[in-house]
Amino acid sequence: MTTKAKAKANERRTLALDILNHGALTLVALLFLFPFFWMLTNAVRSNAEVLAIPVRILPNVYEWGNFAQAWTQLPFGRFFLNSVIVSVSVTVITVFVSSLSGYAFARLKFPGRDQLLMAYLATLMVPGIMLIIPLYLIVNAMGMVNTFQGVILPVAFGTFGSFLLRQFFLSIPLELEEAARIDGASRLRILVSIIIPLSMPAIGLLSLFTFIAQWNNFLWPLIVMTGQDNATLPVGLTLFQTQQRTEWNFIMAGAALSMIPGIILAIVLQKLIYNSISLNAGMGGR
Amino acid sequence: MANVTITDVVKNYGSLEVLHGVSASVADGEFVVLVGPSGCGKSTLLRMIAGLESISDGEIEIGDRVVNDLEPKERDIAMVFQSYALYPHMTVRANMAFSLKLARRSKEEIDQMVNRAAEILDLSALLDRYPRQLSGGQRQRVAMGRAIVRNPAVFLFDEPLSNLDAKLRVQMRGEIKALHQRLGATMIYVTHDQMEAMTMGDRIVVMRAGVIEQMGTPLEIYDTPANSFVASFIGSPSMNLIDGIVQNRDGASVLETPDGTTWPLPANARVTAGAAVQLGIRPEHIHLDPAGLVAEPVIIEPTGADTHVQMRVGQQVLTGVFRDRPDIALGDTFHVRPDTSRAHLFDKASGQRL
Ligand SMILES: Nc1ncnc2c1ncn2[C@@H]1O[C@H](COP(=O)(O)OP(=O)(O)O)[C@@H](O)[C@H]1O
Ligand SMILES: [Mg+2]
Repeated sequence: MTTKAKAKANERRTLALDILNHGALTLVALLFLFPFFWMLTNAVRSNAEVLAIPVRILPNVYEWGNFAQAWTQLPFGRFFLNSVIVSVSVTVITVFVSSLSGYAFARLKFPGRDQLLMAYLATLMVPGIMLIIPLYLIVNAMGMVNTFQGVILPVAFGTFGSFLLRQFFLSIPLELEEAARIDGASRLRILVSIIIPLSMPAIGLLSLFTFIAQWNNFLWPLIVMTGQDNATLPVGLTLFQTQQRTEWNFIMAGAALSMIPGIILAIVLQKLIYNSISLNAGMGGR
Repeated sequence: MANVTITDVVKNYGSLEVLHGVSASVADGEFVVLVGPSGCGKSTLLRMIAGLESISDGEIEIGDRVVNDLEPKERDIAMVFQSYALYPHMTVRANMAFSLKLARRSKEEIDQMVNRAAEILDLSALLDRYPRQLSGGQRQRVAMGRAIVRNPAVFLFDEPLSNLDAKLRVQMRGEIKALHQRLGATMIYVTHDQMEAMTMGDRIVVMRAGVIEQMGTPLEIYDTPANSFVASFIGSPSMNLIDGIVQNRDGASVLETPDGTTWPLPANARVTAGAAVQLGIRPEHIHLDPAGLVAEPVIIEPTGADTHVQMRVGQQVLTGVFRDRPDIALGDTFHVRPDTSRAHLFDKASGQRL
């Protein structure tokens, strides 16, 4: 074979491989997207059509009014607000606490530091579900059942966040902190002016994870928030499901609406998470 | 302005002692270079002066104040790091203004001080850039700018030029010296490069393995090294060191090497026959002389102005530096005469100068 023919055969082989790869990826992507597609199409059917057999991929009649109806039939705005209060509070507290403890674990020297970190990490091994009853008893004893503090405080102390930020803080060159110390910065000033601005990718990621986890959290708010007015979105959505009937279309419409803040946050934070400042930019290496 | 006095300073990392009682003093306005091989404790000592490392034992004074227990910011010092350690998320201006902001200077004062420093270092056009938008040399300059804005009494440099290419390094060497003359501040400069030490220091402190081997002006150290370590560390190419035993021949002392060749010793050498010594001869003190010893070239390295020649004389391999292009070719032999009147003698066992 001439080199030219060889090159051509090679090219053809790469092309075939590319097609195979992309085909496989597309298949997996479709698999992942299907539940969203199903949620959206069911959100705009009548409840009768949702339950109709044979199942149709696309709705017969598009009931766009379902969204407005789902929003008004229950105090949806109220649920939405409750979810915002809980998720934002947990996120803010978690980031705040994790920054401080992550920094302490990364840089402060105190006896038992590493053992304490191990103990922290060990709690991650305990399934959350096991803690629900003891936590409820504590919250109850403190008189915080059916209050926002009761929902927020027990989940706001970030074990995972402390660890995540500690790992990131450790990657920041120590000399930056030493330069800041010589410039006259205290520990807290170093954390606020140097470490945190340089850790925005990790903090953005932690914020996103925490927010989404709390936004979708179902069991804990369900248990603590006994009053309907205090229900968060995931709990509120269950009210479409009564003993007599389940309004699947409204549940789907409500679920679709409740996804919007998470998607917006992911888009907003994406830039922060990916466009990180190169930590080496201030350092000698080019 | 301030002098720096270091008295019996010891540094332990756990059970490992890395500085074994170091004493030195730096006069007000002096430029002192700490030089020594990698790992000898230069950075550790500098960081103890800066307040970044605790002092295990001994005392450090800056301008008549014992600073052992003072925070870095209370010591009136500034430091330039090898990595520059610029804050990557701040502009050049913000990098330079950071310490002034923390000191709660007024906005006008900060602007004025930053602009003045930027002017001195030729950074005025770069003030709004980020470190990632600067070249290595510019970053180096910003690091110096950050040090000079506050007008500290003592400047500390830890190998600030090691990340630059050779040409820039020579240029910055000159600029740092010029800055020293302009500011008149005390400067302590750490390097492992003896050339930097020789060219920059008013005085040099040579360290090895946690102790100071010698202190003095560059020429004092070059001309009268206190021991064989300093002799071979300072100077490039390194001083030739020839091992041998002192013998008496016809009323004069000579050095006899293990292979039986004899070398004349300096007339004033205080040695007794039978002593094991090292004879030190700088490469530039080996001269071409048709009446001299037979030498066989091993490596010939022309640098342009000079030619470095590694040669075998008897069983010894010596290095010589000759002006211009001497008529020496591999495979041939030539003749050299070591200028023993300028040679050095060291005790073989202790390495001390005799
Ligand atoms: N934090 C530390 N813990 C233990 N040993 C250290 C530490 N820092 C430096 N050393 C040791 O101290 C010695 C001197 O280090 P350093 O001052 O950095 O040397 P130099 O700057 O002269 O190259 C080295 O042997 C080094 O391994
Ligand atoms: Mg060093």
